[in-house]
Amino acid sequence: MRSTPDKATDFEKTSKPAPGPEHRRSFVIKAIALACGAIATLSPFAAGVWTYLDPLRRQSKASTFIRVVSLGSIPDDGIPRLFPIVSDRLDAWTGFPSEPIGAVYLSREKGSPQVKALSAICPHAGCFVGISAPSDCFRCPCHNSSFTLSGAMIQPSPSPREMDTLDCQIDESGQVLVKWENFYTGIATKVPRA
Amino acid sequence: MKLQKKQIVSSNSIGKQLLDFLDDRTGYRGALHELLFERVPGGARWRYVWGSTLVFAFVVQVITGVVLWSSYSAGAQSAWESVHWIQHEMSGGWLVRGIHHVMAQAMVILLALHLMQIVIDGAYRAPREVNFWLGLVLMMLVLGMALTGYLLPWDQRGYWSTRVATNLAGLLPLIGPSVQQVVIGGSDYGHLTLTRFFALHAGILPGTLVAMLVLHLTLFRKHGLCAKQPIRKPDAMFWPDQVFCDAVACLGVLAVVLGVILLPALRAMLEGRPIDPGELGAELGAPADPSQPYAAARPEWYFLFLFQFLKVFEGWGASGEFLGAILIPGLTMGVMFLMPIIGRWNLGHRFNILFTSSLLIGIGLLTAMAYNEDYVALWTDSSSFSDVKDLLEKTGNDPKKIAEAFDSDVQKIAAFNKRSHRYESFLRSEAFLAAVAQASVDGHRAIELAGRPERIPPSGALDLIRQDPLTQGPRLFEQHCASCHSHVDPASAQAKTKMSKASAANLYGFGSVAWMQGLLDPAAVDGPAYFGNTSHNNGDMVNFVKNDLSDTSAWSSEDIRAVIVAMAAEANVYDTGIPESDISLIERGRALISDENRCGSCHDFGINEVNPNMAPDLVGWGSREWLIGIITNPAHEKFYGTQNDRMPSFGVTTDGAIPRLSLSQIELVVDWIRGQWYRSRSSNPSAHHASEK
Repeated sequence: MRSTPDKATDFEKTSKPAPGPEHRRSFVIKAIALACGAIATLSPFAAGVWTYLDPLRRQSKASTFIRVVSLGSIPDDGIPRLFPIVSDRLDAWTGFPSEPIGAVYLSREKGSPQVKALSAICPHAGCFVGISAPSDCFRCPCHNSSFTLSGAMIQPSPSPREMDTLDCQIDESGQVLVKWENFYTGIATKVPRA
Repeated sequence: MKLQKKQIVSSNSIGKQLLDFLDDRTGYRGALHELLFERVPGGARWRYVWGSTLVFAFVVQVITGVVLWSSYSAGAQSAWESVHWIQHEMSGGWLVRGIHHVMAQAMVILLALHLMQIVIDGAYRAPREVNFWLGLVLMMLVLGMALTGYLLPWDQRGYWSTRVATNLAGLLPLIGPSVQQVVIGGSDYGHLTLTRFFALHAGILPGTLVAMLVLHLTLFRKHGLCAKQPIRKPDAMFWPDQVFCDAVACLGVLAVVLGVILLPALRAMLEGRPIDPGELGAELGAPADPSQPYAAARPEWYFLFLFQFLKVFEGWGASGEFLGAILIPGLTMGVMFLMPIIGRWNLGHRFNILFTSSLLIGIGLLTAMAYNEDYVALWTDSSSFSDVKDLLEKTGNDPKKIAEAFDSDVQKIAAFNKRSHRYESFLRSEAFLAAVAQASVDGHRAIELAGRPERIPPSGALDLIRQDPLTQGPRLFEQHCASCHSHVDPASAQAKTKMSKASAANLYGFGSVAWMQGLLDPAAVDGPAYFGNTSHNNGDMVNFVKNDLSDTSAWSSEDIRAVIVAMAAEANVYDTGIPESDISLIERGRALISDENRCGSCHDFGINEVNPNMAPDLVGWGSREWLIGIITNPAHEKFYGTQNDRMPSFGVTTDGAIPRLSLSQIELVVDWIRGQWYRSRSSNPSAHHASEK
């Protein structure tokens, strides 16, 4: 065991490059060795990283208006009610024909044909906001962010912004369509996810 | 005898020869000697065991992890399903999964102990700085594995907790959104989130951990053990003195882990309850469902302090969340990385000890606060808030009215506000506990459904839940029916208040003998459980029951009984409540119903002829088809026709719009009302009987 390092130093002593063309040759060999080794190991690594980052290059489908309910199904008492968003969904290689992909709170003021749509996802950290019956407000079950029934913040709240409104349309046959979007959470402004 | 001895000698010598050969070619004796005969300055001590227990815990995680891996399938339609298989079908699966789950938690505790010992003993100081940093990296890797492992069962808890965790990662400056997208494998959670989390959990993180651990142990050996000063005892050898302590400690860790898993079984045994091994070890909740709210979402207990920490920044807006989730945890880790440098000064060492202890105490406090907030309702008497509740209800939480109630006495108002604040926390806790209970019910139902003889469909267990009347019925009823109808056991405590708030009949036990009995009871028919709160409260049916049926000369009690039983037989719900002795009455009841001088004068029953708009058709009354029909369109001439009160047509629309409920949704509500859902034999011994019916 002990003789090994001695041998190595002996070897290093004897193989110390001489100046001149011999030295140049040694440098070239070292450079080529390093280059070959680097290319050999780094190319699969780079290919791996490239593929691993595939989700960054994948554009999600542009958000579209989805038919949710008929206007008549939303009582005009100003109290938001939760309606499932049913749509075709793609999960990587699996395609789901019309299944519930999320839910939206819809409300309507007395006699008003206007519908207000609020995303059920808390803008704080993304939990599912519920309606708290006794105090008539929205409350997130995670970090206690509270919102009025129109989605405004009830202070003090850990949430950085009020509940996210979703664009809403009512077509000629009285169907309520909601633009289904997800937003980044935890920031003061409402930025849709790409 | 002689021969035997000779044989032993020769086999001994063969063995020795073999080992000699092996040693000559590999030098294993030297290596083993190197490994075992490390000098322990000042002798073996129990305080040095934590590192070894951590290595032991990691080895256990690798063993159990590989076994779990062998049966696990990362995919949105197979993850929950395969974990269910491991937990409830594989022999010993619950034990291996339980050990993996509990040992992960033990590892977090051991990490804290190891860190504390290193800091107190000053083992991070020169020349051991790099090894301390390696230790911190190892700690983060272990926490990363804990975080990624939580998602893998793809149940509601893991799903919603992971959404929060990845959303917080998205707050990292500049790279946040990209990191989030790469980690969850796109913009939405699904297959790729699972495959990526699994690759992290079982590949990238443990692979890195092994590499770091090798370096950590190599450096540990290079520098030797950092002995606790002052040294009072003579030095000892790692083998056997310290190995003895380490081995006992490892056994202790395993005993605790097994104890945590098996304690519920012991309790069940002592209480004489049957033991279901699938219930032991790690829990499996209902399958992840992005469209189903989950109000019981909490991270694992060792991340609860971070969860609670976010609540500290109420009212800080976005900067609060960034501070709580990114900046302060980041700075804390930063200080820990600087500890070896800070510790060069004696005062610095004291600072490090103080910093680490206050950090651990702070974590402990935040964790206790989180638990207290969630469970405070368990140890608080709700009646102690009855005055607060009354006043809030009376004033409608209007600050002006509250002030009036206290004659604008500032002190009294402040005291009341404080108490109403506490009452709110109490309500929050109650809601959380209810959510936990509901999550447990949903989880058990999912497991019951997955255990059906037909097993899980290719579309996954979530599909089973979405098509389960017992799960979906109450939700749909709550959303679409409960604003008018109640569904409450008349014998229960809240029945009276719930029924009085309803404007239509109580549908609990609809179609059963008991329900029908109430309808034909003159004292109940115009009560809130039947027609009392509807426009029919003074209608023909109510008058008939109150006047004609009370006339014993026209209707003997046996006739009424026969009609009740015949109607229940028409409905044939799961729990009809028809006693064996009354089956003979059915035919007589059917004759009375179709009798044109009795029920048949208004109701159609197949053979009699009546004006269709008079009263609901009683052919197949309460049956699946009948109920689907009346919910689809109660104003159809077969049902209430022109006399329909306020009940909407849920299944048809006049203007070609989408109806309020799809046929499959109506079917779910109907099957739930009729009690027709899957029951496993263990959950209900009469299930077999039901399927025969």
